[in-house]
Amino acid sequence: MFARGLKRKCAEDEEAVPAYSLQRQSLLDMSLVKLQLCHMLVEPNLCRSVLIANTVRQIQEEMTQDGSWCVPVPQTAGRASRDRLVSTEILCRSAREGARPAPDPGDPASELQVVPAAQAPGAPPGGAWDGDGPRENRGSFHKSLDQIFETLESQSPGAVEELFSDVDGSYYDLDAVLTGMVGGAKSGQDGLEAFASAAAPPPSASCKSDLGELDHVVEILVET
Amino acid sequence: MLLSLPALHLQTSEYHPLFQLPHRRLGPWCSPTGSPAPLSCETGCGEGSWILVCRLLVPTQVSLLSMEEDIDTRKINNSFLRDHSYATEADIISTVEFNHTGELLATGDKGGRVVIFQREQESKNQVHRRGEYNVYSTFQSHEPEFDYLKSLEIEEKINKIRWLPQQNAAYFLLSTNDKTVKLWKVSERDKRPEGYNLKDEEGRLRDPATITTLRVPVLRPMDLMVEATPRRVFANAHTYHINSISVNSDYETYMSADDLRINLWNFEITNQSFNIVDIKPANMEELTEVITAAEFHPHHCNTFVYSSSKGTIRLCDMRASALCDRHTKFFEEPEDPSNRSFFSEIISSISDVKFSHSGRYIMTRDYLTVKVWDLNMENRPIETYQVHDYLRSKLCSLYENDCIFDKFECVWNGSDSVIMTGSYNNFFRMFDRNTKRDVTLEASRENSKPRAILKPRKVCVGGKRRKDEISVDSLDFSKKILHTAWHPSENIIAVAATNNLYIFQDKVN
Repeated sequence: MFARGLKRKCAEDEEAVPAYSLQRQSLLDMSLVKLQLCHMLVEPNLCRSVLIANTVRQIQEEMTQDGSWCVPVPQTAGRASRDRLVSTEILCRSAREGARPAPDPGDPASELQVVPAAQAPGAPPGGAWDGDGPRENRGSFHKSLDQIFETLESQSPGAVEELFSDVDGSYYDLDAVLTGMVGGAKSGQDGLEAFASAAAPPPSASCKSDLGELDHVVEILVET
Repeated sequence: MLLSLPALHLQTSEYHPLFQLPHRRLGPWCSPTGSPAPLSCETGCGEGSWILVCRLLVPTQVSLLSMEEDIDTRKINNSFLRDHSYATEADIISTVEFNHTGELLATGDKGGRVVIFQREQESKNQVHRRGEYNVYSTFQSHEPEFDYLKSLEIEEKINKIRWLPQQNAAYFLLSTNDKTVKLWKVSERDKRPEGYNLKDEEGRLRDPATITTLRVPVLRPMDLMVEATPRRVFANAHTYHINSISVNSDYETYMSADDLRINLWNFEITNQSFNIVDIKPANMEELTEVITAAEFHPHHCNTFVYSSSKGTIRLCDMRASALCDRHTKFFEEPEDPSNRSFFSEIISSISDVKFSHSGRYIMTRDYLTVKVWDLNMENRPIETYQVHDYLRSKLCSLYENDCIFDKFECVWNGSDSVIMTGSYNNFFRMFDRNTKRDVTLEASRENSKPRAILKPRKVCVGGKRRKDEISVDSLDFSKKILHTAWHPSENIIAVAATNNLYIFQDKVN
């Protein structure tokens, strides 16, 4: 586990690069959570699902292409703090202007650390969530997340609201993630830290396979 | 759980008994057809020249009950409806549409109800009443349903209403929810036959042996009733959600569009429709684009357009082939590389498409802009208007809270010289195509008194905020104007803000 102070320093030093990749990662996480929620509905809003799926595809394609430059993503992927969210605003501006420096070939570590980026927290179930991740590291949050998805899948869509309306402590983290990851900074810190470490898969996993997962999600989505 | 799509849908019972609500007509009797209103569209949308005519609440179930008993509808309209602003989810207005003369205005809501308002008759000593609308008829168009095969609830929410051109004393309209389109007849009755002696008061046949003479019944005046009767139910043709319906200029057919298909119907035939567009890929994994809106050309019955989630518009000619899978024209604007972001595709997704009355132009609304396209130029729009460009830096938050998927509609004025569309914070925008001036107005209870001139609103973009400006951060994103309508020939507009319907008109000089 890296110290928080280190992460922060790292982000400041390298300015645009980590900021951009961080935000892109956050956007990816958010999109995957949205897709997962669509998946729970029998008949989701197709237009919305397609637009979100296309956004995820776009992000992942970009990550596959120039993944080699996003250095600090693995360390910070699970941070889900307020900074992360606010700073995503940079994505609203041009995605390519300025935020596209040359890859750093001198840093071999970067190449290793890039890969998990695409497989980080929000990957669909069957992927990083209940797949290859080191299970012993799973935090309570991670478990409760799986639990929720399991429960929801066996129930009617109407149950979703009910479930979320009386969340207990362990469910709160998911709630925070779902409503925008903002609340996570307050009480969800521990759960999210654990979440981050659990979600980092072996570096050998490739982005390509993740795209396959996405297709799988889309397939489920549109099956209705 | 997901169920695979059955080949045949469960036939749900769509029969509705005659549904009628007695209503009192207001003011003097008039011919139901009404004469076309005079053209007065030259005035344009001069800034600050709009006044609030009335604010109408779609009557809730409670007020519907009281209306049946209450003799004076106006009393309800003016006091009951206006003073009670409680709203449930079902009361949220989901569509607004003037009929072809502008005499009637229909709204549909999330509760499946259709409320029709009628324009107050003009009288010389009541000039101030000009443009007022009062409740004319209310009926439950769609009920919540359950599709047992798909284990799916079908919402009753009215997605769209389209009026048919009036051909006799009755009015006809189409209303649709996600799956089923219905044709409604709305007619008045102020006389009833009396004096039958073959039946008793309760309608039972008398014993023929007791009848010695035959009496000819006579028509006697009675309290005016407005009846709404479902005449046709067009069901079981859409697997996805219907987003548009459009009446063809031949007045015999109409189309209904869902996310992936467009069907063509004849008004007389409910058990079959022709599939004229199908963009469903064989492998749904390859799905990257959906149909977002569709409309027939106002004069050419063979031509229609549909818009997509990728920001493109296709014009199809039904004469070319039965299945219009190959477009005749393809309207697309090249992407501006300086504005590229991960949200580019989402914000370019078209939420509404409307032909101009002339049929020469198409207007499209995407998340941040309204564009006017000339049918003769496919590579870029001839005009682009920024609706709320200040949101460009907020797209991430708007994506996060799902506002970025809001479907704003857009409308033309009667002479195609002004366009109007909605925004957040109960703001709506008008763009004068000739003078290139634009104005932001607000539909709110607090800021508009009847007959007061609407004050143009300004959103502060960076720098110092002036006194009467509102900063981007204090905009209320839960108050959105998605649905508006413009009177077909006069400067009267209807703006739906959650459960309120505001009627504004330009100031009379």
